[in-house]
Amino acid sequence: MKPHDLSESLLKHPFLSNMNEEFVKTLTSCASNIVFDEGNYLFREGEDAKTFFLLRSGRVALEVGGGERGQIRVQTIGAGEVLGWSWLISPYRWHFDAYALEQVHAFAIDASCLIKKCETDCHFGYEMLRRFSEVLERRLEATRLQLLDVYGSAMGDRGENY
Amino acid sequence: MLETPVLDEIKSPNSMAPLPATIRRIIWETDDTYTLLIDAPRLDGKEFPFRPGQFNMVYAFGIGESAISISSDPSKSNLLAHTIHRVGTVTSALSKLKRGDMIGLRGPFGTAWPIEEAVGKDVCIAAGGIGLAPLRPVIYTLIRRRSEFGRIIILYGARSPLDLLYRVELEQWSKVPNTEVITTVDRGDSSWKGHIGVVTGLFSYVKLDTPSTIAMVCGPEVMMKYTFEELERRGVSQEHIFISMERNMKCGVGLCGHCQFGPKFICKDGPVFRLPQIRHLIEKKEI
Repeated sequence: MKPHDLSESLLKHPFLSNMNEEFVKTLTSCASNIVFDEGNYLFREGEDAKTFFLLRSGRVALEVGGGERGQIRVQTIGAGEVLGWSWLISPYRWHFDAYALEQVHAFAIDASCLIKKCETDCHFGYEMLRRFSEVLERRLEATRLQLLDVYGSAMGDRGENY
Repeated sequence: MLETPVLDEIKSPNSMAPLPATIRRIIWETDDTYTLLIDAPRLDGKEFPFRPGQFNMVYAFGIGESAISISSDPSKSNLLAHTIHRVGTVTSALSKLKRGDMIGLRGPFGTAWPIEEAVGKDVCIAAGGIGLAPLRPVIYTLIRRRSEFGRIIILYGARSPLDLLYRVELEQWSKVPNTEVITTVDRGDSSWKGHIGVVTGLFSYVKLDTPSTIAMVCGPEVMMKYTFEELERRGVSQEHIFISMERNMKCGVGLCGHCQFGPKFICKDGPVFRLPQIRHLIEKKEI
């Protein structure tokens, strides 16, 4: 895909909605298209986090090794979402396995390239961090809600409780 | 400020005297949730009419009563369904009944989901856990009158794959034209191929045409709060968001005060509310 076409495709991703063209161009210079077949891993727990992904189609399960319990699936991520932020935070290693539940089409963003761009252009860096903070906030909120076990009867599960 | 239109209160003709009704069948939906199929009693010699979202007080003789939403198709008024989570004395007693046993019914009570207001619009149904039960009559109605509505979007979350209600029907509903059904669970193992995460996360996978979308939300209160916030974040007007509230209901007609929610009685003014009617109350911790 030509850089211009890649820019156009990237702009359609919700993570980049309303991003100015210059920033998209900057991001495009660190981006490539990538496909993972069903059953493959996008990354494995403990590996260096050198990339993050903007998913275009397909679904990915985040899993963690649970010893005797085997792999524990904690969340699924799908089209339009962002996968991975360990590249941003020390020690820059993945904390989960990312398993393709179906064929996945994604933009892969090279982290070392992106970090250099962020350090060179602090406005771009701020914009990226702002967008990532929103994603992090939403994921944190969702995780807290998941931890609440809202469907358990202790939470006053509607119903017909008596 | 425009006054929020209040949903119709539907008068029940037999508010205090339970009518005897016969159990036709019990279907176990999950380990702890079952559906009672009941031959509907006749009201003053007529069929038992109800509207989607209403509930009955279901009486286990000698044990007590519980407020249970009606989960059957309103067009089939000779057969009532109540989907019940077995958690207390009454619901445990009801779970032990068999075909041919009798129960008592008072109802139907409460306000209904705004089906007529949804005509010509997209309908987004967001349910959590057993909250799908009060919405099932809506889904039956939308499908029966399919051409009168825009897209139907059903987002449903449960604790685990085994806790999903009406699994066969979810599959059938997903095949109805212009209808999307997306389910998610809080916990799933590697055999579960669907989504894992909270129901609000499913909004990432649907594009809402917000000016013409009516949302109907039912589930645990925490889930509903995050869901209506998510709907608003996506541009759905508060006036187009409806939620069904749950409180300990006893009389069913707004007399005893058990289900008082600020100035409202859930049994009589609800259970279905337009969001602006009660939003300020949901956010009050004292209530």
